[in-house]
Amino acid sequence: MKNKRITAVFLVLILTLGSLYVLQRLLVPKYQTGIVEGSMVEEYYKDESDHEVLFIGDCEVYENFSTITLWEKYGITSYIRGSAQQLTWQSYYLLEDALKYETPKVVVFNVLALKYNEPQNEAYNRMSIDGMKWFMSKINNIKASMTEEENFIDYVFPLLRYHSRWSELTGDDFKHLFSKNLVTHNGYYMRVDSKAQSEFPDPRPLADYTLGEKAMGYMQKMVNLCKEKGIKIILIKAPTEYPHWYDEWDAQVVEFAKNNNVEYINYIPLQDEIGLDMSVDTYDAGLHLNTSGAEKMADYFGAYLKANYDLTDYRDNEKYVAIWQEKVDFYNAMKAQQYDELETYGELVSFGANAIED
Amino acid sequence: MLFTSIEFVGFLILVVALYYLVPRKIQWPLLLVFSYIFYYIADPRYLLFILVTTLSTYGISIVMENINNASKEYLAAHKAELSKEEKKAYKAGVKAKKWKWLLICLFLNIGILSVTKYTNFVINNINSFLNDTSKLQLVDMIVPMGISFYTFQTMGYIIDVYRGKQEAQRNPFKLALFVSFFPQLVQGPISRYGDLAPSLFAEHKFEEKTFTFGLYRLLWGYFKKVVIADRMLSAVTTLVQQPEVYSGTYVFVAMLFYAFELYCDFTGGIDITIGIAEMMGIKLAENFNLPYFSKNIKEYWNRWHITMGTWFTDYIFYPISVCGPMLKISKWSRNHLGEVIGKRVPVYLSSFVVWLTTGIWHGAAWNFIVWGLMNFVVIMISQELEPLYAKFHKRFSVKGKPLYEGFQIIRTILLMSAIRMFDCYRDVPLTFQMVGSMFTKCNPGIFTDGSLMQIGLTASDYIVLFIGLIIVLTVSILKVKVGSVREVLFAKPAFVYYAVMAVMFLVIMVFGAYGVGYDSSQFIYNQF
Repeated sequence: MKNKRITAVFLVLILTLGSLYVLQRLLVPKYQTGIVEGSMVEEYYKDESDHEVLFIGDCEVYENFSTITLWEKYGITSYIRGSAQQLTWQSYYLLEDALKYETPKVVVFNVLALKYNEPQNEAYNRMSIDGMKWFMSKINNIKASMTEEENFIDYVFPLLRYHSRWSELTGDDFKHLFSKNLVTHNGYYMRVDSKAQSEFPDPRPLADYTLGEKAMGYMQKMVNLCKEKGIKIILIKAPTEYPHWYDEWDAQVVEFAKNNNVEYINYIPLQDEIGLDMSVDTYDAGLHLNTSGAEKMADYFGAYLKANYDLTDYRDNEKYVAIWQEKVDFYNAMKAQQYDELETYGELVSFGANAIED
Repeated sequence: MLFTSIEFVGFLILVVALYYLVPRKIQWPLLLVFSYIFYYIADPRYLLFILVTTLSTYGISIVMENINNASKEYLAAHKAELSKEEKKAYKAGVKAKKWKWLLICLFLNIGILSVTKYTNFVINNINSFLNDTSKLQLVDMIVPMGISFYTFQTMGYIIDVYRGKQEAQRNPFKLALFVSFFPQLVQGPISRYGDLAPSLFAEHKFEEKTFTFGLYRLLWGYFKKVVIADRMLSAVTTLVQQPEVYSGTYVFVAMLFYAFELYCDFTGGIDITIGIAEMMGIKLAENFNLPYFSKNIKEYWNRWHITMGTWFTDYIFYPISVCGPMLKISKWSRNHLGEVIGKRVPVYLSSFVVWLTTGIWHGAAWNFIVWGLMNFVVIMISQELEPLYAKFHKRFSVKGKPLYEGFQIIRTILLMSAIRMFDCYRDVPLTFQMVGSMFTKCNPGIFTDGSLMQIGLTASDYIVLFIGLIIVLTVSILKVKVGSVREVLFAKPAFVYYAVMAVMFLVIMVFGAYGVGYDSSQFIYNQF
């Protein structure tokens, strides 16, 4: 009798834990259509090849550099570990995490996020952190990133955070319960549509132009980590002009780069040299580059990397060619699909905001 | 630390696990330590208040018992020498001595309660009375969590010691646990020492039935609190905080929503409290007995917040009813106003005081005072109308008929809900105005034109609320029919028994209104 009761308890316990697991898988956002940025961090672990160049940063990297162009034109293997509004400390912990799996020759960090010195937004935090594997880097990332309304335990058990999504479930949630599709091209987020850059509002004067201690501190940690591992780090400011990048901020990064003996390139004044035409090379009126712009940017940056860093051209290596051919095919297929949708509907329907399911 | 917070769940798991792991002799000291930790986490300053109450009550109860013992010894020793009158005089002297000590204890502790809770209320009223010619500054006063509950519980204990109904607890730590036992510290129930102490200080070994019954009760409480009450909160807040927008039929909706929100919030909280205690084998007093099945207000108050009602009856109503001045008033009114009115005067006066203090106990605002007095008025009227009801029942033979009983139940719910609107609106005149608007500004179109989707609830919220309330109603009916629903479940195969528990847990996890995006809601009765 007693044994029967104990068996029942264990059986129910196992079923409950199983149900919790399935419910959690079901209720967490899948980020497979529409807002796909939440899938980016997780996708990195699916890419089993190594990379000589690792980009770290926010949308100014994952929308502005075509990793496929870097491969096709220069044989450079690269990956972008970026997510929406990725804060400097999140970049640091993602770098730390990535270095557990590989040691690239060059790390490229985009400095726009230095403008934020405090945790900003729960939704972006989740997109940047949820996809990380459970190591100390993730724990420290959560601790550094949480806003006041967040709890650490919600990251450990995402069901606690997303339980109320039961009324918003879509077909995607069931379809991608246990498997997800790739949404990026080695971290690059493709958008082929075009919307000419318009006038940006005048930058408002700031009371204090000093970049925050926390953000600068984490950039220092990034530099130190790279030096420790023998990796070259390049600081860049992507060529897009909005949000405004103040000269005062730029000067501080220049000073930082000089003090740390690392390279810093601000690409905003180099738009013409890169060949960017912001009337066609952006999909959202100048905030981010589209694929045409990202390919130009990658071409320009690839040439620079090739000339200044000791990178391998893997286009002669069969193993890499096989891996990258799949990526190129996927890239071209998505590109064709996006152009096709543009032609048919005048806009993208399976990508971006239009693809968000009701 | 809210009962609904993840921190509390962690705290609870730790306490219950340790409770059964430590040697049984130190089970109650462990609870004392964790009760103080619980209170410390809420605000370290609170500890000072609860310590003063505990130590003063302990000291005075010992003094009173020593007086009792000494007097008994004296009387036993001098039994033969003392005349009847001398014995009577001696006893009166002893009583007077104890009375003095009781008064000191009551003044001190009721004083702390009054000063912390009511100082700013008094200042506001003085300023208002003086028409703001003199502006007294409000005081930045902390109100210790659960002070109304633990003060009443402790005062009940000291009065029982004074009356000789209760032996004083000579172990100060045991008394400290009685005062601070963490599950009931937040919102009661208001326990009697004699009822709680035996199980609180007993040694408990783990028993499946006791533990899981407690767990069931706990889950049921969480279901009512987080799935129903907290989901309704946003709608009630929207409706009552914008009276200029939401009047007429909206007030009716707010009234019903608040009735169910408060029921699920308060009974849910008490279920959690009793469930926690039960998991450790400790038996707390029941505070509710299906109040929304009451057929009249008197019955309702015998079923709602039972421990508060009996506290007021035992420690305020009866003492006032039989005190010297009241007996004189009673005699005078019988002589001058006749037997019929005369015998009612002391009852009504005592009831008036009880309801006035009940209102004041609930909060430092005129709303609560008027709420208390409204209850008094309605109870008195219904008492006076009893002969009329009896005639009606006899004439139409409706008493006990299901349809008529249904009517009585709905009438009681509506009446109590209307009176309870004083909890909701910012002041008394506005409450009258809004309740009045239910009758003067009828806009039933809100039920069909989608207006109710604009008050903080989505269609899926309404579905959850509807199903949730149906479940609560079904369980309540089952309780009436079978007694203990848990006993019925326990008699089923173990797999069924535990599977129902697991489903309850999963339902709470998924459909609970908690976490980011929801206002974390304090229990309504925490503030009383």
